[in-house]
Amino acid sequence: MSTIYWEEEVETLPRAGLESIQLKRLQRLVARVYGKVAPYRQKMDAVGIKPQDIRCLADLSKLPFTVKEDLRANYPFGLFTVPLDEVVRVHASSGTTGKPTVVGYTKKDIDTWASLMARALACAGATSGDMVHNAYGYGLFTGGLGAHYGAEKLGATVIPVSGGNTKRQITIMKDFGSTVLLSTPSYALNLAETMDEMGIDPQELSLRVGIFGAEPWSENMREEVERKLNLKAVDIYGLSEVIGPGVAMECLQTTKGMHIFEDHFLPEIIDPATGEVLPPGQQGELVFTTLTKEAFPIIRYRTKDISSLCYDTCECGRTLVRMGKVTGRTDDMLIIRGVNVFPSQVEHVLVGIEGVEPHYQIVVEREGSMDTMTVEVEISDRIFSDEVKQIEQLTHRITADIKDILGVTCRVKLVNPRAIQRSEGKAQRVIDKRKI
Amino acid sequence: MRVQQIAVFLENKSGRLAEITSILAENGINIRALSVADTADFGILRLIVDKVDLAEQALRAGGFTVGKTNVIAVEVPDRTGGLASVLKSIKEASLNVEYMYAFVNKTGENAVLIFRFEEMDRAIETLLKDGFTILESQQIYNL
Repeated sequence: MSTIYWEEEVETLPRAGLESIQLKRLQRLVARVYGKVAPYRQKMDAVGIKPQDIRCLADLSKLPFTVKEDLRANYPFGLFTVPLDEVVRVHASSGTTGKPTVVGYTKKDIDTWASLMARALACAGATSGDMVHNAYGYGLFTGGLGAHYGAEKLGATVIPVSGGNTKRQITIMKDFGSTVLLSTPSYALNLAETMDEMGIDPQELSLRVGIFGAEPWSENMREEVERKLNLKAVDIYGLSEVIGPGVAMECLQTTKGMHIFEDHFLPEIIDPATGEVLPPGQQGELVFTTLTKEAFPIIRYRTKDISSLCYDTCECGRTLVRMGKVTGRTDDMLIIRGVNVFPSQVEHVLVGIEGVEPHYQIVVEREGSMDTMTVEVEISDRIFSDEVKQIEQLTHRITADIKDILGVTCRVKLVNPRAIQRSEGKAQRVIDKRKI
Repeated sequence: MRVQQIAVFLENKSGRLAEITSILAENGINIRALSVADTADFGILRLIVDKVDLAEQALRAGGFTVGKTNVIAVEVPDRTGGLASVLKSIKEASLNVEYMYAFVNKTGENAVLIFRFEEMDRAIETLLKDGFTILESQQIYNL
């Protein structure tokens, strides 16, 4: 398989060259932010750091972290570094857990973002000849428009279907000949299930590759989606605080981690408890510093995503560091009777059992002083039996496999088909009813 | 010799059984016999109905998980020792019963025993040899 690049020179740059670009950009960024944004200046002054103290890339760790609360405290535009008349677009998070976080883009930022997304699509083997079916939500969420501009920049044909209206999406896919699908992995499953109901075999479609992101998903889920939709599934990473989709992207050659577009985003992995920077290969919280953004640069932003960094050379020829599949989020992490549990681990177990539907939900409750975890799994015709003992064997197997991998005993509750709500964007996997 | 039985997964939630029976009623399906196997976490409803395929479709469309299995229906006179004589024959042939349930025929003269065996062929053979009456599926559906 030959590799397609969008900006070959920088994507294959030897590390020394890349680091010299990064350092120059970092120094310029810190100086600019220090001069223009009071909250950043105050935080740096508080720890006694001046822009001229950044002499090498390792000096990055001297700078204070930025967290989501900083964005909320300066809601809506307090961390922008340009006047609003230079801002051509804003995006915002849904704000379900508090005030939304607002991010802004200059004309040049939008252009940078489109180039990064074009790079990401090229990583997945997409070219100007592709029909890109963009099922990410359009609107304040960065997914839809981010992917859209990238696909246009690549010269592909974009179908801006956005989320929802699943049957119509499938008809469009069939009639228009969509070749590249962009959606959340849980919506991809929703599409597969609906195709099944409509009696459409994915073999009849032209889909070649699916670019799935916006929520953590397991390797087993990758196989499931590939099998059910008859395509190659690759992972994409991004978050609005950093730019949106297109921060990192898996290549078709290895599908072992996503290349971070390091000439624009400087990654670190830290210990989420101590904030200490961890060496390559270790799991921890991913932290990003943007190197080129104008309207809304961010310094050492704590993503809450758990991942690791790998600097080995990739078969695709890209020299850019790879981040491992996000295994969970620090705020998604459940602590059940003292054990750390990520929903994606439960998913990995469930999808690995033949016949078990990947639709699941985790309900956590507290009975007395004891945490209980119930995994609700939809029962399908494939695993249903008219004999009690066979169904019981299945639930015992799920319980045992989860106990093996997670070290936690859970209760398995089988529920009717479609009893678990389908998502058109990010899936809600956990219902935590504990009152602590 | 075999009767088609519908099995429906019953989530442990109130109102599920009522939902199933009203789906059957709306589709003009008559229940001949039923049994519920229940555990602490779920139940399995087993049904013999007059219109098997329609019942299967309607329940599936209603969002239920449905399975179809073959069972046999043995008719015995409704009097003391009726069931005992059948079970004696089964025991002597060392047949393993997966489950069974029974109902009394409308006339009140005969009882019908529904059996699911691990070895269906051998069970049919044994019961016929011992002189029991096994009902044809149409006889049950049209009772």
